[in-house]
Amino acid sequence: MSGASADPGLHTAADTAVALRARFPEAVVRSHTVCGQVVVYVTNAGAHAVLEWLRDDVSQQFNYLTDITCVEYRDPERELEVVYQLRSLDRKVDLRVKIPLNPDGPLEVRSVLDLWRGADWLEREAWDMFGVKFRGHPDLRRILMWEGYAEGFPLRKSFPLRGHWSRAEQTRQALEANPEAYYSLEELSIAEAYHELPLDVRERLAKAGKVLP
Amino acid sequence: MGLSPLPPPGAATHESISPNWITTRLDFLANWGRANSLWPMPFGTACCAIEFMATAASRFDIARFGMERMSFSPRQADVLICAGRLPFKLAPVIRRIWDQMPQPKWAISMGACASTGGIFDNYAMVQGIDTIIPVDVYVPGCPPRPEGLLYGIMLLQKKIMGETMVDPSLRVEQLVGPDGLFRRPADIDEISEPFGNSVHQTRSA
Repeated sequence: MSGASADPGLHTAADTAVALRARFPEAVVRSHTVCGQVVVYVTNAGAHAVLEWLRDDVSQQFNYLTDITCVEYRDPERELEVVYQLRSLDRKVDLRVKIPLNPDGPLEVRSVLDLWRGADWLEREAWDMFGVKFRGHPDLRRILMWEGYAEGFPLRKSFPLRGHWSRAEQTRQALEANPEAYYSLEELSIAEAYHELPLDVRERLAKAGKVLP
Repeated sequence: MGLSPLPPPGAATHESISPNWITTRLDFLANWGRANSLWPMPFGTACCAIEFMATAASRFDIARFGMERMSFSPRQADVLICAGRLPFKLAPVIRRIWDQMPQPKWAISMGACASTGGIFDNYAMVQGIDTIIPVDVYVPGCPPRPEGLLYGIMLLQKKIMGETMVDPSLRVEQLVGPDGLFRRPADIDEISEPFGNSVHQTRSA
């Protein structure tokens, strides 16, 4: 951005919001400051470009994705929000980016796994709890609830605190769940699956002295 | 409450053996051995496990009760101590561990959450592990102090000392039935009913 100076640490999150408005006038819906935290609302379509720019631009360098989560409000007229909490480790600046979605419509946003590897489990959790689909996530499955959990998405406002089903039915479904069927390759057998493991896992194992022929 | 264990005790076998001097002496010997060398399988899921560790450490020292040998494999364990809340995700796990433990075996439900679900009256939590496995001793508390757990252990020892070989139903495996449940559905629903503050939370809210 044009505001890039010799000392990028001088830029505050408010400057980032101004820069975003100038650069992405169509994607940025609005922005405001809550308790010292700058929040930028962006459209679903333009979010990925905004986040990519925030990560890559020299003046921004939001290289750390602190959290991805969702907010659904009790007021049914308010939108469900997908929240990205960003931090620039070098500039020591935090920024919150929100994508408002219609809670009745299809909850689908583009995955940011290509920008931050750490988004993997965060997006899985948001999917698990809120049912937001992250388009492009290679392994979008439940992470907190067990796989095969069919009762719904627990943190949605339409989900009763004790769940939809009776306790007996919940117990039956839980006892029927076969966790071993969903073990990862590492959990099942490193030896058998060694050559199918991703390269970085194999390197990690090699560092630990566990190299298989 | 009308809770009935599954399966019904084998009454016919019970009649066929009557207690006599030999069986009562043998009972005493076996029970004395069992009660004083309980190897615990620690199933610690929450803060109760911290108190459990304190119980195992030197100040309270469950070695005095013959329990110093933690059995981290269920196959060498005698007593399953569920210390902490049990989410539904762990229900098949504790059930598998219980099934892997050889007879004779007992279970202690430690703390409010393991016994009743405690404050976690929500979609994710088992409302009392006795809907998953049979439980011998419930230790109340949130979490119980080590003295509480020790008292529970002593109660279990007392219970073991009262067992007799002429009652073969004691050693019958209580498996999950064909309907996929350990207890009758009505019993589970009854056990899991809201209580205390949670009565104000309705299913639809």
